[in-house]
Amino acid sequence: MALDRKEVERIAALVRISLTDEQMETLGEELSDILEQFQILSELDTSGVPPTAHPVHLQSVMRDDDASGSLEPEEVLRNAPRRDGDLFRVKPVLEE
Amino acid sequence: MSNLASPEFLTIQEARDRLTNGDISSLELTRACLERISAVEDRLKAFVTVTGDLALQQAAEADRRIARGNGQPLTGIPMQIKDVMCTNGVPTTCSSRMLEDYVPVYDATATAKLLEQGAVLLGKGNMDEFAMGSSTENSAFFATHNPWDQQRVPGGSSGGPAASTAAGEALFSLGSDTGGSIRQPAAFCGIVGLKPTYGLVSRYGLVAFASSLDQIGPMTRDVTDCATVLNAIAGHDPRDSTCLPVERPDYADGLTGEIKGVRLGVPQEYFVDGMDPGSREAVEAAIQVLEGLGASVSPVSLPTTEYALSCYYIIAPSECSANLARYDGVKYGFASRDAENMWGDMAKTRQHGFGPEVTRRVMLGAHALSAGYYDAYYLKAQQARTLIQRDFARVFQEVDAMVAPVSPTAAFPLGEKTGDPVQMYLSDVCTLPPSIAGLPCMSVPCGFDQGLPVGLQLIGPHLSEQTLLRVAYAYEQSTDWHLARPPI
Repeated sequence: MALDRKEVERIAALVRISLTDEQMETLGEELSDILEQFQILSELDTSGVPPTAHPVHLQSVMRDDDASGSLEPEEVLRNAPRRDGDLFRVKPVLEE
Repeated sequence: MSNLASPEFLTIQEARDRLTNGDISSLELTRACLERISAVEDRLKAFVTVTGDLALQQAAEADRRIARGNGQPLTGIPMQIKDVMCTNGVPTTCSSRMLEDYVPVYDATATAKLLEQGAVLLGKGNMDEFAMGSSTENSAFFATHNPWDQQRVPGGSSGGPAASTAAGEALFSLGSDTGGSIRQPAAFCGIVGLKPTYGLVSRYGLVAFASSLDQIGPMTRDVTDCATVLNAIAGHDPRDSTCLPVERPDYADGLTGEIKGVRLGVPQEYFVDGMDPGSREAVEAAIQVLEGLGASVSPVSLPTTEYALSCYYIIAPSECSANLARYDGVKYGFASRDAENMWGDMAKTRQHGFGPEVTRRVMLGAHALSAGYYDAYYLKAQQARTLIQRDFARVFQEVDAMVAPVSPTAAFPLGEKTGDPVQMYLSDVCTLPPSIAGLPCMSVPCGFDQGLPVGLQLIGPHLSEQTLLRVAYAYEQSTDWHLARPPI
């Protein structure tokens, strides 16, 4: 199944990655090649087969809701590209 | 070359004995490794970061600990850790521009367990960016070279760990495996690599690629060392809710050399068309050796094998597209600030922070998960996953473990597959199915194909690591492939 330019743009917007025209073109071709490989799955009869999301059977892990230690704010912020006191700094999210 | 003249080639067990007897100190051992790194690293490029000063401090502390009589199996043993596991205060880059300057403020649980034993950190191992790749050529910094032939890849994504351990830069290393990233580089570099049962080793502090597949495991020069490292890192961790609440056995217990009556299956589908004859001969000869040791060997069939590649390359990129959403240039990592607003910054950050293969997989996963395609791709792949698991479960009613190739070929030349993602994916064809089913599996050196190492893959049911190690040890004791050293 070939991916057209519009679909590549749609996915790039979903994953929030800017792409040059050249990247768009290359990715469209490469992803189409890869998706073509996946056609083999349509041969597989999966009617009535439940999906598996996880390889081992695990139940949700519960614990008491006790407060315990965590990273200090200084540690949390140590790798911040931009900070403002104890806050991460970004450009405005909501604009006029 | 005797081991006394070059202590960097000692096994963990040999080094342990000498450390305990006082024949060598951890400082001497660590210096030998650092000298070896200086001598070969410009040709090998297995390290993203070398932590020489830290290693010497840790070695001195290990020597004091051994002198007090408090040594543990890994105290004073120099190691490399794949650059995908967090190391407190030491850069953890995932070989990505996105994390080039990232310095974790905590240790991964597996890292912490090794450091608590007193293992010595020599540095961090090069890898395919975010563990996505099969050759280590997807590292954003540089490709790692195979110590057996520097024109060839070491495999991937744990190419740095495999190359460093094979070449005597480190006595062992820690890798991670999502679809073959421990086993295939171990095979290509001629060392032992084990991917544990999903959930046996905590993933806390392992930078996430595909959370239902990722596992940390040992990469060592022999099977005994593999059991020693697995003993150190396995076990429940409350910080990883997918970590299995099981009692850890002593993995060294089964290393008797005795495998009479063990039932081994040979999955016919793993000997794919186009497999290199030399690799096939090495694997078939290894299976004969196991039969000669008293194991019963019978052909088995896993008909879903041909669907595993598509199943994996839908599920893993889908999970990766969600996991890598965290790289937004806000909390840590590379940040672009050239755009006029926050959303523009984020899209530029991800454009310049991610390399081509990561971008490809994030896009592929988002497509497979998106409205209109979910049923055809992601849901279908999850159903295929069920059928693949059922296939294994059926065969494991008849056999105790399976023996198969790790890869259809030995190490391929650098650059051969970089232009063709599908060809690169096909090199994982024998390692993907057990990963999809969360099974333990390992690679053991079993010969050479035109001078390049070949690995024998062992696959077992959930939590059968003891059986795999027992079979691998018996094989290793009756052959000497693991003693061969690369000509670097």
